[in-house]
Amino acid sequence: MSDALQQDCSLELAATIAEAGAAGHLLYIRGGNSKRQILGRDCTATTLDVSAHRGITDYQPSELVLTARGGTPLVDIQTALAMEGQVLPFEPALFDGQATLGGTVACNLSGPARPWAGSVRDLILGVQLIDGSGQLLNFGGKVMKNVAGYDVSRLQAGALGTLGVLSEISLKVLPGYRHSITLCYETDATAAIDTMNKRAGQAAPLSAACWLDGRLYLRLSGDQQAVDSTARNWGGEQFAEATEFWRNLREMKLPFFSGDQPLWRLSVKSTSALCSGAQPTLIDWCGAQRWLRGDFELQALQRQAAVAGGNTTLFRGGDRCAAVLPAPDPVSRRLQQRLKQTFDPQGILNPGRLHAWL
Amino acid sequence: MSSAGDHPLAPVDRAQLLQGLQQTVPAHCIIETTESQRPFECDALTIYRELPLLVVLPETVPQVQAVLRLCHGLGVPVVARGSGTGLCAGAMPHPEGLLLGLSKLDQIIDIDPLARTARVQPGVSNLAISAAVASEGLYYGPDPSSQIACSIGGNVAENSGGVHCLKYGLTVHNILSLQLLTVEGDQITIGSQGLDSPGYDLLALLTGSEGLLGIVVEVTVRLLPTPEAAQVVMAGFPSVTGAGDAVGAVIAAGIIPAGLEMMDQLAIQAAEDFARAGYPRDAQALLLCELDGTREEVASTSTQVEALFRDLGATSIVVSKDEDQRALLWKGRKSAFPAVGRLAPDYYCMDGTIPRSQVSRVLNEIAALSVKYELQVANVFHAGDGNLHPLILFDASDPSQIRKAEQFGADILTLSVEVGGCITGEHGVGLEKLQQMTHQFSSTELALLEDIKHAFDPGLTLNPGKGVPILKRCQEYRSLPARHNHE
Repeated sequence: MSDALQQDCSLELAATIAEAGAAGHLLYIRGGNSKRQILGRDCTATTLDVSAHRGITDYQPSELVLTARGGTPLVDIQTALAMEGQVLPFEPALFDGQATLGGTVACNLSGPARPWAGSVRDLILGVQLIDGSGQLLNFGGKVMKNVAGYDVSRLQAGALGTLGVLSEISLKVLPGYRHSITLCYETDATAAIDTMNKRAGQAAPLSAACWLDGRLYLRLSGDQQAVDSTARNWGGEQFAEATEFWRNLREMKLPFFSGDQPLWRLSVKSTSALCSGAQPTLIDWCGAQRWLRGDFELQALQRQAAVAGGNTTLFRGGDRCAAVLPAPDPVSRRLQQRLKQTFDPQGILNPGRLHAWL
Repeated sequence: MSSAGDHPLAPVDRAQLLQGLQQTVPAHCIIETTESQRPFECDALTIYRELPLLVVLPETVPQVQAVLRLCHGLGVPVVARGSGTGLCAGAMPHPEGLLLGLSKLDQIIDIDPLARTARVQPGVSNLAISAAVASEGLYYGPDPSSQIACSIGGNVAENSGGVHCLKYGLTVHNILSLQLLTVEGDQITIGSQGLDSPGYDLLALLTGSEGLLGIVVEVTVRLLPTPEAAQVVMAGFPSVTGAGDAVGAVIAAGIIPAGLEMMDQLAIQAAEDFARAGYPRDAQALLLCELDGTREEVASTSTQVEALFRDLGATSIVVSKDEDQRALLWKGRKSAFPAVGRLAPDYYCMDGTIPRSQVSRVLNEIAALSVKYELQVANVFHAGDGNLHPLILFDASDPSQIRKAEQFGADILTLSVEVGGCITGEHGVGLEKLQQMTHQFSSTELALLEDIKHAFDPGLTLNPGKGVPILKRCQEYRSLPARHNHE
C-alpha cells in the first residue's frame, strides 16, 4: 500500500492552524476541491490545502476497519477495499475522482444505499482532528463500539469543517454485494412513494429505491438466491442499464442534475407527500431524500419541508452568500454557537460556510 | 469519601426544593423518605450507592420541564434515571441532588408502519417497542441483554448495543429524532423525521451522553422489517484461539452474521447449568453465530458457516432446526450474566472493546490477572464487534475483594486501551470508569469534552461527577486506584 508511505503532515498542519488561530487569520479548508460550489455558503477565507495529507494508514480487512488521512481520495480507498472484496457501504459520490474522505465526512454525503447501509456518519468509528487552536485530538477509535466520552467523531459529519480539520478518519467497511438486480416500474410519484415504503417494510434485500420521470427503480442486492427470489415475487421489468443509472444518480450526473437552475435537497419523512408546486422532483432514499430544481424561496420551501417532517437546503446554485440552510430555533442556535466556540474559539475555520453566524 | 459530588456546587436547601416540587408535581410523584428512596440508590452496578435529597417521578413532559426549571433556578443537581439497569453507576443519585425518574413517561405515542418509525416516551422498555410493532412485521434493532426492562431513554443515554449490532447498529444508528429538555427546561427537537438534518449533528452528540447534556422526553426510533428466517450455528472449540480464528474466517468469507457471540469455559458451564441449552461442557470456547435473511439466504450461509467451523477444528456443532431450538441456544447466552452470578455472591461486569485479532492475547492476560488477584473470571464476548464482557466473581461483603475486583477490572480496561481498543463499548463511563477516561484521553481531549459539557450545561448540574472527569481533579483520578466509600 504505497499510500501509507505518504508523509504524515498532521503536525505541520496543526502548526499552521495554531499560527492562524493566534493571528486570527481565517481559513477555508480544501481537500479535492470537489464541493466548493455545493452544500455550504461561499467562504472567502484563505485556502488551507489539505490534499497532500493523504494515504491509508491502516486497513485490517478482517476487522472491517480502515483508517485514512483526511485528504485521501475516495478512489484510492475504494481500490484498496476492492482488492479484499470490501466496499464503503454508504456508496459515496467520487466527483470525478476528486472527492476526499475528509470532505465526504465533512459534508456527510452518502449515496443511494444510505437508508439500508447507513450514512458516512453512521460508519465513522473515530477521528483525529485539528481544532481551531491547532491542537491534534483523537476521539472514538478503530473498534466497532466505543461509548467513552461524547461522540465527537460523528459530530464532524455535516459540520462542513467548521469544528476542525479532519486529519485522520477510521471507518467501518463491509463486504461488497455479491449480486444485484434493479427492477423498474412505470408509475407516478405518489404511488412510487407508497410502493417503495411498502417494499422497504418487507424482509427483502432492497438496497436502493428511487423515482424519476415516471419510473420507479428498486435495486435488490446481496445473496443471489435472496435477490432472485425477491425479484420473481415483486415482478417488474429488469433494468439493463442499472449500474450506469445508480452511478449517475450517486455522482449527480443524471440529466436531472444538469444546468444552472438552483438545486434543492429535502431530507424528509420517507412517506411524506410531494411539496406542492415543486416540480421537477427526483425522489431517492426510499422517499427520504428529494431533489428539486427551481427558484424557490428558502423560508417558503422550508415551511413545506417542515410539514414533511424534515428540512431543506439550497444544495447548489442560487445566492450562496445568503442563507442556504434553514435557521435553527434560538436554543439550538445558541448550542451550536457554543460548540463552535469550544472547537474553534477564534472562529477561523470555514467561517460562515454553514451559517453566516457560525 | 469521594463520590458524585466532585464538583463544588452551592449547598442545596432540601426544604426549599421539596416545597418547590410540591408546587410542581402531584404529591404521589415525590418520594421523600429514606426507606422509599432505597430502590433508587443505585443502578445495576450495585457496588456504588448513594441516596439523593429527593426522588421525583413526573408523569408528563410539562411536569419534567417544570422540575428542571425549578432545579435550574435553585442550582440543584439533577440525575436522570430510566429503569435503573445501567452498568456504570451512571444513574447513581447525587447526594445533594434530585433523582429524576422517567419511568412514568411510558407511552408509545405513535406507530407509523409504512414509514417504519415509532414515537415513544423515554420510559418505554426496549422490548415493548418490538412487541408493539411485531404484528406489522417490524422490530426495533438494538437488543441489550436487559431489553425486557431497560428503557429507550436509557438506551439513548448510553448508546446501547446488544448482540445484533454488528449488522444492525447501535442506538445512534436506529433513532431519528429526540425531544430534548435543556438544563434550563427549554424543549427542542434534535434530528427530524428525515434521515439527517442540516447543521451540527446534535443527535450523534446527545446519544451516549449519559444524561450530562439534557433530558430526553421523547424518542423517534426507526423500525426494521423482521427477517423471514433466522438460524443459529453453535460450535464448541478446543481453544479460545481456535474460536477467535473462526470468527475471523466468517468475516473474511464476506458474511456479516446477525449475531456472533463467544463464551469461555467457565461461562459455558455456568450457562449450561442454568439454561440446559445443550452447550458442550468440555469446550474451551463456544461460538453462537446467527444468520438471518430470506429462507434461501439463511440456508446457504448457515451451511457455509458450519463448514468453516468444522474446517477450523470445531469439536461439536449444532445448527438450530426450528425457532424453539434457536431460542434455546440463545437462552444460554442471554442468561449468561445471571448464570455466572450464581457462581459467587457478586460479579463485576466489564465492557472493554478490542480489535478482534487481539482476543487470544487479551483473554490470556485476563487469565493471568485472574490468578494474580485470586478472583475467578468468566468471559462473554460480542465477538463480531470485539466487545468483551469479562465477569469478575467476588464477594462484596469482603472489602478487600471489592478493591481487588475494582483493580482487576481497571487492569482489563487499561489492557483494552493498550491493544488499540477502548474502555467501554456499550455500558458507558458513568461514575465507574472516570479513572480510566484518563487512560483513553489526553488532558487536552478531556478539556474539550468538559467544554462540550459547559456548552450545554454551564452550571454543571446535570448528572455531575459522571461521564467526563473534571480536569482539575485528573491527577487524583490517575493516582487513586479506588475512590469510593465501600468500607
